[in-house]
Amino acid sequence: MKFSPCNLLGAAAAAMLTFATATAESVKVGILHSLSGTMAISETSLRDTLLFAFDEINAAGGIKAGGKTYTIEPVIVDGASNWPLFAEKAKQLLEQDKVAVTFGCWTSVSRKSVLPVFEKNNGLLFYPVQYEGEELSKNIFYTAEAVNQQATPAVDYLLKMGKKKFYLIGTDYVYPQTTNLILYKYLLLHGIPAENIGGGFRKDADGKVISAGKYTPFSHTDYQQIVAEIKQFAASGDACVLNTVNGDSNVPLFKEIAAAGLSAADCPVVSFSLAEDELRALPTKDLVGELGCWTYFMSINTPENKAYLGRWDAWLKTQSYPGVVKEKRAMDSPMVLSYNGVYLWKAAVEKAGTFDVDSVRTALESGTITFKGPGGKTTMQKNHHTIKNVYIGETKANGQFKILKEFKDVAGEPFILKSLDEKLAAKK
Amino acid sequence: MRTDSKRLETWLTLAGGFLLIVLLPALNVLPLPEFLKVSDFTINLYGKYLCYAILAISVDVLWGYTGLLSLGQALFFTLGGYMMGMYLMRMIGTLGQYHQPIPDFLVFLGWSKLPPFWQPFDSFAFAMLMALVLPGALATLFGFLAFRSRIRGVYFSILTQALTYGACLLFFRNSLLMGGNNGFTDFKFILGHDLRSAGTQRGLYIATAITLMLVLVGCRWLSRTKFGLVQQAIRDSENRVLFSGYAAAHYKLFVFVLCALVASIGGVLYVPQVGIINPSEMGTEKSLEAVVWVAVGGRGTLVGPILGAFGVNALKSWATRAYPDLWLIFLGVMFVLVTVFMPRGLVGIPDQLRELAARFQKRKTDAEPPVTGIEPDKSLP
Repeated sequence: MKFSPCNLLGAAAAAMLTFATATAESVKVGILHSLSGTMAISETSLRDTLLFAFDEINAAGGIKAGGKTYTIEPVIVDGASNWPLFAEKAKQLLEQDKVAVTFGCWTSVSRKSVLPVFEKNNGLLFYPVQYEGEELSKNIFYTAEAVNQQATPAVDYLLKMGKKKFYLIGTDYVYPQTTNLILYKYLLLHGIPAENIGGGFRKDADGKVISAGKYTPFSHTDYQQIVAEIKQFAASGDACVLNTVNGDSNVPLFKEIAAAGLSAADCPVVSFSLAEDELRALPTKDLVGELGCWTYFMSINTPENKAYLGRWDAWLKTQSYPGVVKEKRAMDSPMVLSYNGVYLWKAAVEKAGTFDVDSVRTALESGTITFKGPGGKTTMQKNHHTIKNVYIGETKANGQFKILKEFKDVAGEPFILKSLDEKLAAKK
Repeated sequence: MRTDSKRLETWLTLAGGFLLIVLLPALNVLPLPEFLKVSDFTINLYGKYLCYAILAISVDVLWGYTGLLSLGQALFFTLGGYMMGMYLMRMIGTLGQYHQPIPDFLVFLGWSKLPPFWQPFDSFAFAMLMALVLPGALATLFGFLAFRSRIRGVYFSILTQALTYGACLLFFRNSLLMGGNNGFTDFKFILGHDLRSAGTQRGLYIATAITLMLVLVGCRWLSRTKFGLVQQAIRDSENRVLFSGYAAAHYKLFVFVLCALVASIGGVLYVPQVGIINPSEMGTEKSLEAVVWVAVGGRGTLVGPILGAFGVNALKSWATRAYPDLWLIFLGVMFVLVTVFMPRGLVGIPDQLRELAARFQKRKTDAEPPVTGIEPDKSLP
């Protein structure tokens, strides 16, 4: 065969044609995470998990809706840890790319930034990271842990362990502030007097507590004084610490706790923002024996989880997307909740038979959309939060958790403050 | 020659103003075929760029015209934004998550009444007044102290950066009752108009474009007055200005306060268009970004910052979608290339080309043998 430009063109056209027919029915799906900036270290892992889920679905034949089969075509944008840019990228995904659904956001502020955009364009967002609740948008589905799927089960566990004093510490932003206020009320309700709740209170003019716990700014490094206070608080031996400190501040905090000789046996620390992915970057020897509470641990010993981790490893080896780190990867709750979100959406689309947002929402709200994921069964409820298992684990030196306790099928509830107030009033 | 270039400049300004204020919104609103139409998304995006352009001009009047590299302009920009944000928060009314008459984050923090300092922000006029008074007062105080102590050069830059960072940490605190880390978001209405409607966004865009043109024309006028000449003399040699009997500190203070107000107005227009304001906007890297826009566009010109702010941000918007993993490298390489090969920025390109052409021409004439006009005498051996 003579090799001519014409031949080449013809071959290229033929190749494109086959390619085009193969992907003729595709559906655009947005990924809106920070791939650069301060949040990139956490959020790129979610991008990877989402691409993994999409590849898995495409390989298994795609999504069946209305008698047709669709493959997922990801549209990845970088929010760059810049909140106004998140809003701009959300607009772009919805108005320019016209994506059927978006998976994204990590920080509460990024979610708050895109919320009006999703409501205006009637878009669909799946949000995968533990958060403070107190929000319910008709355009957002929260596969994340609500406070009653993480913080309050942990307190139940500690109460059962015989702990009587609770010290609250967090980074000064919405998630710790709200969580600690909920915990303060929850502890009061369970008979813990206010003087046994450490960290301090702020009261309004009427003497009502409006903020509980000790707060430090982002990237705070000096925990000497606070740990001294905790040590004094824990002298009686029946105390524990509820930790909502975020990010790199945990390194000096746990170093200081270790230096002060506070052992996990005397005064355990339960951290709500440290999962396996974060532990990769922390000195885990300072954290051995401390507790964590999530709806998924990498160490869950079920055939589903083992198979899932096997598929994930295999995918990591084979795929070539730029920017995906292949070595020393961990799996954790936000990643699994991202993955679950994709399958819940797929199930809802297949039930509704269309990608139309209103129909998919109705399907999701029906309470029958269920997915058996690596962390156990998860079911979407009418309140846009899920029913799932909650696990308490103990940190090991290798950055994994040893599972101590499992709470079965906990139903996520976003608005807890109000119901706690009512219960407290009734108790009085 | 001089009047010619001046006339050209006037025409270009008018053309640019017409394009931004009339043509683009017209292309957005008129029923046109698809390829001519400017989408609502684009109009909104351009509105944001224009706000950045206002910020960039304020940086350049300080840096390019007065020789003061301020790394605190993002602070004034954000303060203006916060004042607008407070008004917009009050306009949400009871449509928030909690359906309470006070902003959601206050309910979050356990408040049941509006704190006293929030109350006057129900009034648009008051919010606008505060958007001028607060940054103005801060700039006056800071500028007075800094310029009286003759703080110059890199020390001035460091101090402005420290001021911005301090303010950023302050606004992160929830106890300030300004929304903490989340700031303000989920706005609904401005002056009775629905912020989500395309019409309101178009109106805001046009307001921004007009403001930008006014700022541009105003700053150009100022640079040509006697005041502007002293200002540029301070940039070139402050000591000579002092020895000539001018109180340089007063001139600098005036420019500093003026630029704070310009930045603040940019922030006021920015917030309703992007829909969120929070403390990370006054992070130090934001002020640095504005300096980069000016450097890319062309320092010491007034059109340069506009081109820079528009160009860099348009590139960022495009690259974060087209190359989400590589765009930072992209931008970084561009900044390096610009500073090395185009020290006068985008605006300087024509001059640079002209110089290059002149040099090329010169080399060509140098290489040709000199024409003497004298025939060599062939009779000689």
